Amino acid sequence: MNLLTFFLLSLLKIVVVLVIFLTAVAYTVLLERKLVGRIQNRWGPSRVGPFGLLQPLADGAKLFLKEDLIPANAHRPLFVLAPLIALACSLISIAVVPFGAPITWHGVDMFQISGVHIGLLVILGVTSVGVYGIALSGWSSNNKYSLLGALRGSAQIISYELALGLSLIGVVLRAGSFDLRTIVESQAAHGLRSWNFFGGYQFVAFFIYLMAAYAETNRSPFDLPEAESELTAGYHTEYSSMKFAMFFMAEYANMIIVACVATLLFFGGWTSPFGSLLPPIGGAVGAALLPVMWFVLKVFCFLCLYIWVRGTLPRFRYDQLMRFGWKFLMPLAIANIVVTSLCLALVA
Amino acid sequence: MYLALFIFFAVLCVAGALNLLLQRHPINSALSLIVVMTSLAVLYLLLGAQFLAAVQVIVYSGAIMVLFTFVIMLLNAGREEHTRGSRAAFLVGFPGAAVLLALLVQIFLSARGHLAQARLGEYVTATHTLSSVLFRDLLLPFEVTSVLILIAILGAVALARKEP
Repeated sequence: MNLLTFFLLSLLKIVVVLVIFLTAVAYTVLLERKLVGRIQNRWGPSRVGPFGLLQPLADGAKLFLKEDLIPANAHRPLFVLAPLIALACSLISIAVVPFGAPITWHGVDMFQISGVHIGLLVILGVTSVGVYGIALSGWSSNNKYSLLGALRGSAQIISYELALGLSLIGVVLRAGSFDLRTIVESQAAHGLRSWNFFGGYQFVAFFIYLMAAYAETNRSPFDLPEAESELTAGYHTEYSSMKFAMFFMAEYANMIIVACVATLLFFGGWTSPFGSLLPPIGGAVGAALLPVMWFVLKVFCFLCLYIWVRGTLPRFRYDQLMRFGWKFLMPLAIANIVVTSLCLALVA
Repeated sequence: MYLALFIFFAVLCVAGALNLLLQRHPINSALSLIVVMTSLAVLYLLLGAQFLAAVQVIVYSGAIMVLFTFVIMLLNAGREEHTRGSRAAFLVGFPGAAVLLALLVQIFLSARGHLAQARLGEYVTATHTLSSVLFRDLLLPFEVTSVLILIAILGAVALARKEP
């Protein structure tokens, strides 16, 4: 394969995936407003376009036209850099996510931007660098609410990152690899029965991952960094216009990434839940697109779960949050590793 | 290609390290240190140590440096005051550093014959190989190091604890 075709095809993939991803981010916001609206017995946005479907466009245009304020005593370079770090780190992770069966075209994998062997670690690494977006935005704003929000945010993310990382080890042990494609293929044999959640007995790990992921993405019930009743808006209090929009997009992009990782690690990624019970339909095109559909469907279910939890649960208190992370999730994750490796050793 | 990447990140690494020393504000120094650590991760990656590179980013850039910035933010440290440096540093520090550098160069040059050479991007170290070295061949030193770190943590707790 020549280098130029590889370069052009990769560029095309990046552009297409980013456009789809950003559209998904915009519509996740709408989905959240609609669902939370229904949970609270109201309609949610319904004025712009049919069923409010053009609302994300209107929001984007509004934010774009707002005045961009920078506080007089802010640390300017970091104030500008922080939202960029937050957004970039949440967008980079999509590069290693495989969202369809491994089908190559001209020697290029069609459904994954970059197939690295340590895909899972790349996602963890990029997410852990994303904390700087929150920490620096709070510090550089020179505002007590922002600073407190940032301190809470970084403490929370460091604490829950441990539980998150440890919860994934059981899955890695079962697959014997950090490669996301290998991990999915290890769950592909018998449809739903061989998924890590059911057949792999990793449901404890899944619940630890789920809780830690809520905390990592600063989502309710762990949204203390932006608790509006105590901290105005937390670390992004001083941000307006597109800089605020970047934080907003980063949060929802993170949410989608977390949903993608949960799908890949615990729910069989792009594989069908029915295994070989369902006859292959649609020929070559069906074989390429059906897995993508399954993947998107699973991610969609996760996003709905996220929003459901946000509409249902009240916020934790800070000491409860820390105690839950260190004294409950961490030991449970370690116990899960011990039990999983013992079982694997006994079976082997 | 590999050489270009190596040169870029090596220069970035050294520039970050210099910036770390020259910056007045602690938060800028901390951010420079993050640049140094992340470019080191890229250098590991170029040498084929994928796992090491990822762990370098997760542990050093992601966790330890967050704690650094966290403390700087919490203490709200201002600009450091500029002093002319102590006389001892001038008299002992610079010659000491020069001697150390000369010693290292001497050791590396004399041992060059025995050292194997690795080319950039030549091979990939699997995580499996790394773990079998760590947990089989070097098990005792590895575990002893972890006990050492535990002792350091206990010492820090004992020092920080106020008598009731």
